[in-house]
Amino acid sequence: MNAQTKLYDCRDAFVGTLEALAEANPEIVAVCNDSVGSSKLGGFRDRWPDRLVNVGIAEQNMVGVGAGLANGGKLPFVCGAACFLTGRALEQIKADIAYSNANVKLCGISSGMAYGELGPTHHSIEDFAWLRALPNLPVIAPCDRAETAAATRFAASYDGPLFLRLSRVGVPDILPDDHEFTLGKANRLREGSDLTIIANGVLTHRALAAADLLAGRGIEARVLNMATVRPIDEEAIGAAASETGAILTCEEHTVFGGLGSAVAEVVVRGRPVPMEILGVPGIFAPTGSANFLLDEFGMSPEGIAESAEALLKRKA
Amino acid sequence: MQDLKAIANRIRRRDLQAVFEAGAGHIGGEMSAIDILTALYFHVLDVDPTAPKKPDRDRFVLSKGHTANALYVTLAEAGFIPKEEVATFLKPYSRLNGHPNCTKVPGVETNTGPLGHGLPVAVGMAKAAQMSGASWRTFVLTGDGEMQEGSNWEAAMAAAHFKLDNLTLIIDHNRLQQGARLADTNNLAPIAPRFAAFGWAVDEIDGNDMDAIVAALAPEARFAGRPKCVVAHTNKGQGISFMRDRVEWHHKVPNREQYEQAMKELEAAAR
Repeated sequence: MNAQTKLYDCRDAFVGTLEALAEANPEIVAVCNDSVGSSKLGGFRDRWPDRLVNVGIAEQNMVGVGAGLANGGKLPFVCGAACFLTGRALEQIKADIAYSNANVKLCGISSGMAYGELGPTHHSIEDFAWLRALPNLPVIAPCDRAETAAATRFAASYDGPLFLRLSRVGVPDILPDDHEFTLGKANRLREGSDLTIIANGVLTHRALAAADLLAGRGIEARVLNMATVRPIDEEAIGAAASETGAILTCEEHTVFGGLGSAVAEVVVRGRPVPMEILGVPGIFAPTGSANFLLDEFGMSPEGIAESAEALLKRKA
Repeated sequence: MQDLKAIANRIRRRDLQAVFEAGAGHIGGEMSAIDILTALYFHVLDVDPTAPKKPDRDRFVLSKGHTANALYVTLAEAGFIPKEEVATFLKPYSRLNGHPNCTKVPGVETNTGPLGHGLPVAVGMAKAAQMSGASWRTFVLTGDGEMQEGSNWEAAMAAAHFKLDNLTLIIDHNRLQQGARLADTNNLAPIAPRFAAFGWAVDEIDGNDMDAIVAALAPEARFAGRPKCVVAHTNKGQGISFMRDRVEWHHKVPNREQYEQAMKELEAAAR
């Protein structure tokens, strides 16, 4: 990674957008679990103290309260550490939010390996698998500040529940400031015909860096930023399979049931091609920062490029 | 009041028939809760079956969702769904499945089924009214065994902290849960002092006494700044002699002989 590149904490884009939306829509409320600081809701609380509902350390209640607020005419953004919001309140997300079609925006902060050093209890690397198994609940993982802002605006305008997976690990700008988020549509960030690398969240910029390395070796990789894990962009995946003949996915998630699995489900039904799925390889991770762990799990730009080269050898 | 008792008896009979015909249901807990449901829908709640989503309606959440059939019969009696639709209970593609569905059944506010969900959602509803300065009220009915779920106590803390005096929790205290008596499982009783300690206003009533129910749910029975818990002492299988206070009638289905005897008893009580 270029050390000169400026990195942004996407939580700032999230709360900045949320505050702008709340200014215009008095029904927007924030709900949190003693997470004003980690969700960066201090500014929201200062401006609208009566519109911040802090339930304390009680995630099941937090999600239920979100459903009730929506029933009562509010537009709740329920913010909590992704690991606890999704894991601890999974049944509430299923019954009270998705099945009830409650117009609640679930915002999982510090997702993936963001709490790397705090250990596997705090890693949110099962959330794609848990939540994409639920009907009626879009699952979205933006890759940079522009996409985070766009996805937050989309969330407020979308009539129904969804899950926004938000990191705190710094990422460079990738998409233009005026980027518009489209649910279920991948962005083709780089053209290429030798293989396709699909990523989202904090992995997208690493995938782009890997593609740069591969280009230096005469390999042209298509790069798709696939923020929406459900509904998955079947068209973009189908095109990747038929036009590039190999697909490599990268995610800040266990390799079981996440982005790679979602892509593979489409690939095997349509046009099977060689695939490799990069992620946390089904283990409880050792101690280390998110970036350290992603490198350790083969998702440094060089690691991704090496996996791409190995994958190409399996192409027919 | 005579009218409410007559309506409750009619709902009991229709519920019994529906469970018998469907060959499934949770008849014990339905019988214990029907007086409360009747008081709510025919005396307490400001709801309109012709406009079930009107924004300023009172909200009711049936947290003990397995007794959905009692709610369906009550909603039919109140005009939210056609009375003849009760005959579809549990049938393929019926919208009246074993637990209430808010996206399909008018009058249902949130989906329930897994226990311990209703009170948190009701806290959110009451909080929404408080934030908007709206005067509508929120009611939630839980079972007593259901109060073993920890999520209820998260919500109980929040409701008191938020001073939700527009929220009323009614606990159907019939002393029995699915597998055994409450006292032999994880005994929560006495329930009232626990809620009082959590900062709630508490009433204890005979939950099968219509006058007592109506009095406890009246607007003037509220306490400023405190949510209200009504511990309703009821009987599982209320109204049917051989079901009353028997664990096995949690979800047992009467055979024809039992059905006919139960119906006779309810018909006699209606006279």
